[in-house]
Amino acid sequence: MTVLVLVIVTIFLAVLVHIVPGDPAVTLLGPRAKPDTIARIRAEMGLDDPVFIQVRDFLWRVLQGDLGEDIFTNRPVNELVGNALPHTLILAWSSLSLAVLTGIPLGVYSATHPDSWLDRVTALFSISFITVPSYVAGLFLLLIFAVRLQVLPAIGLGEGGDLVDYLRHLILPTVALAVTWVGYLARLVRASLLEVMNETYIRAAMAAGISQRLVLYKYALKNALIPTVAILGVGIGKLMGGAVFVEIIFNRPGMGTMIYNAIQARNYPIVRAGVLVVAFLFVLANLLADFTYTYLDPRIELGKAQR
Amino acid sequence: MEYIERPTSRYRLVLDRIPILGDVLRSPLGALGFLIVLGFLLVVIFADVLAPYPYTAQDIPARLTGPSAEYPLGTDQLGRDLLSRLIYGSRIALGVALPSVAIALTGGVLLGLVAGYAGGVVDDIVVVLIDSINAFPAVILALAILALLGPALINEIFVIGLAWIPGYARVTRAQVLSVKENVYIEAERSLGARTSRIILMHILPNVIAPLLILAAMDLPVVITFEAGLSFLGLGVRPPTPSWGSILSDGFNYIRQSPWPITWAGLTLIITTLGFTLFGETLRDVLDPRLSGTRGF
Repeated sequence: MTVLVLVIVTIFLAVLVHIVPGDPAVTLLGPRAKPDTIARIRAEMGLDDPVFIQVRDFLWRVLQGDLGEDIFTNRPVNELVGNALPHTLILAWSSLSLAVLTGIPLGVYSATHPDSWLDRVTALFSISFITVPSYVAGLFLLLIFAVRLQVLPAIGLGEGGDLVDYLRHLILPTVALAVTWVGYLARLVRASLLEVMNETYIRAAMAAGISQRLVLYKYALKNALIPTVAILGVGIGKLMGGAVFVEIIFNRPGMGTMIYNAIQARNYPIVRAGVLVVAFLFVLANLLADFTYTYLDPRIELGKAQR
Repeated sequence: MEYIERPTSRYRLVLDRIPILGDVLRSPLGALGFLIVLGFLLVVIFADVLAPYPYTAQDIPARLTGPSAEYPLGTDQLGRDLLSRLIYGSRIALGVALPSVAIALTGGVLLGLVAGYAGGVVDDIVVVLIDSINAFPAVILALAILALLGPALINEIFVIGLAWIPGYARVTRAQVLSVKENVYIEAERSLGARTSRIILMHILPNVIAPLLILAAMDLPVVITFEAGLSFLGLGVRPPTPSWGSILSDGFNYIRQSPWPITWAGLTLIITTLGFTLFGETLRDVLDPRLSGTRGF
């Protein structure tokens, strides 16, 4: 199923140029370009071949792991992606870690101490931040910590090779991406944990005299995390989307910035390659989430879960 | 969502008489959400009356100023009144969100009805299609298509509608699968009813309610999505004000003035918060089984 989806995604991106009105070569060169330049670029982009051949060639190249060449510089697109992807993955990973490492413990605490002050603060925090889009969070953080207080660096990755500087540059983008997720995860874990704690097997375990801590962490939390993992799988897509904005705001040279700059330069082959890579990553992340929850709950059969 | 139990006051007696909305207003957060949504709608309708200046009026000497008596929220980089631009921006927010959600709802319901009712190969094809659109994070899909179509309001509406179709198709399909097993559908079929009649008269009315709730809850998401695309310069063209383009202008002048970002950001947050609170409470009132599905 996953492979089929990936093939369709690739074909879709190959065909998209033809479905959408307009000539990508003209888009690239602008309306005042000379006809022979347009013809040359069209040939270089392979746009003169029949659609079927183009799709076949694109699919074949992608299968071999070749994303084509940048028309302006003749550099392989793989190289551009290779430079950008690690920065995006690091950002996504650090945001996800921040959200999980703070959101889940907060949720567990809220569920075990309902109506405590921390529970109320988490609820308030979650409701206030759940609608804050990553770009607004990013702009506010940039404004407060980099422009006004000047305690954290505003843009870029930091000095080459300096790990501490790299990490300092990672703080604001990470928080901007994670902020909506912390409260959301906390509420989700709280809701599902409270539900699981009411199940008969948990009460049976309690009645059997197993310590509350053991019941909570060994039996209840494992089941309560299943919906969280499912949401996280989908959430990685939102995180990737959010990363586009955060990278642009903090000027990080990741996939989002690459795609955005390519759009500005009307360089569609790079946009297409970038989009393809992100879609592949997203599909793989979802597959990983599927595997994780079949591990957490062996009753869920892979494949059936998607139906 | 908790309800506050009050002694039988006049307020409560009034609420008891209003169907649905009364139940929403009984929850403090629902009432807050309703007030914000109502305020937003009033601003959209009466933008011409409420805005102190036309949204294109420039006062170059007063560029990037802070709040003052003349300009209550300050001005942008061209000396345009931020308050007026934010007020007119609300029209873009709703003007994109409503048609986009309508497109997504219509497309998704059609696909879901066909897939769920027909079953078999048709169903398989639709499911693979849905999964394929879902393989793109919405922003990335929008970027891929808008890169080719170019920035324009109509393109933006189309792209958002497309990106949101899978969600509706999936829910519709799941609903149809359970509704079509009912005995009354079988009875209708054995009486010789045509497929179109069964789908339109019996299945559609039974699956539409959760979809409308979903649509209400998607409005704030689509509003932030539109602002995001406009922030990237892929939405409305200047000088038309969108909250996202105001943020984008503010970003370019972030070192000169904090006001455009602050006000546009807050407007976006408060509006979407209002819609979210209202939508969540409405969902809890109309369909308590769904509550908790979004973490509340």
